Amino acid sequence: MSHPTTPERDWPLWEVFVRSRRGLNHQHVGSLHAPDAAMALRNARDVYTRRSEGVSLWVVPAAAIVASSPDEKDSFFDPAADKPYRHPTFYEIPAEVQHL
Amino acid sequence: MTMPALATYALRLGDDALVLSHRLGEWVTNAPQLEEDVALANIGLDLLGQARTLLSYAGEVEAAGRSEDDLAYLRDEREFLNVHLVERPNEDFAVSMARQLLFSTYQLALYERLQDSADPTLAGMSAKAVKEVDYHRDHATQWVLRLGDGTDESHRRMQAGLERLWPYVDELFGTDDLEHSLVADGIAVDSSALRARWDGYLDGVLAEATLSRPEGTRTPPGGGRRGIHTEPMGFLLAEMQHLHRAHPGATW
Repeated sequence: MSHPTTPERDWPLWEVFVRSRRGLNHQHVGSLHAPDAAMALRNARDVYTRRSEGVSLWVVPAAAIVASSPDEKDSFFDPAADKPYRHPTFYEIPAEVQHL
Repeated sequence: MTMPALATYALRLGDDALVLSHRLGEWVTNAPQLEEDVALANIGLDLLGQARTLLSYAGEVEAAGRSEDDLAYLRDEREFLNVHLVERPNEDFAVSMARQLLFSTYQLALYERLQDSADPTLAGMSAKAVKEVDYHRDHATQWVLRLGDGTDESHRRMQAGLERLWPYVDELFGTDDLEHSLVADGIAVDSSALRARWDGYLDGVLAEATLSRPEGTRTPPGGGRRGIHTEPMGFLLAEMQHLHRAHPGATW
């Protein structure tokens, strides 16, 4: 039995970023399917901001995101684990410094 | 029993919103995508909010003790005053998007003017709803453009959807003595005056979507506003009202 390709399987995936208020960064909130960028933006509005979650939306084709590979996790991230001197934790903080 | 003209007018607009809201609700779990389920439910809920304000207000003006629920669930078909367009069945997605475009374009033009109504409740409801309906029209426009100027099959279906619903367009712009009297008081909007703006927008969308404007009309307009409906209306009401009628006062 053949399985015809249905339109929904052809719709590309988009990643959605929402800025919750002015001054904050856009944050990744999830993904959705849409036939093109304009519809992706509208779908994002309906799916992710219907409870006043945001003031600005970005949609990015998921295919355009270059992600680090789980296979490279060791070489990418482990070397940083034993280098605590990279953290600014070895300084005496003068008592006069406020709000640090 | 005759209702005050203002109550009848509020019911007409409220019934348009209520019945179309129910039709959009029927798409939930049936739309082409989960995302579209949510979009159509959102639009339906916007309309339901408008309907609640309008039906509550109609009950208040009528002053016979009827609540929004009484008006939504306990009236019979002949007492509903919505236009035929909103009660037409969903059929395929193209028909539903045609219905949404035709109606939202009309409703936006109406609410834009009703914001200046001498009646504070109608003016306030419209001022809030204008932003909602602007989005409804945009959503429908996006789909009509994509389906019209899409594949041969989508173009064929979109054109068919328009042809199917075009006979119900003229009724949107029909007017009568009741409306005239409220227009004279600065309360209502003259429906016939909305036609030019509606035509201008529709023609722009149809041209860009490579669709042709259907010609003529087949049904005499005005039946819905007098409580005379098309066959699917009875089935719609049966589904919408049966729970409330079987379990009066049931709450969620």
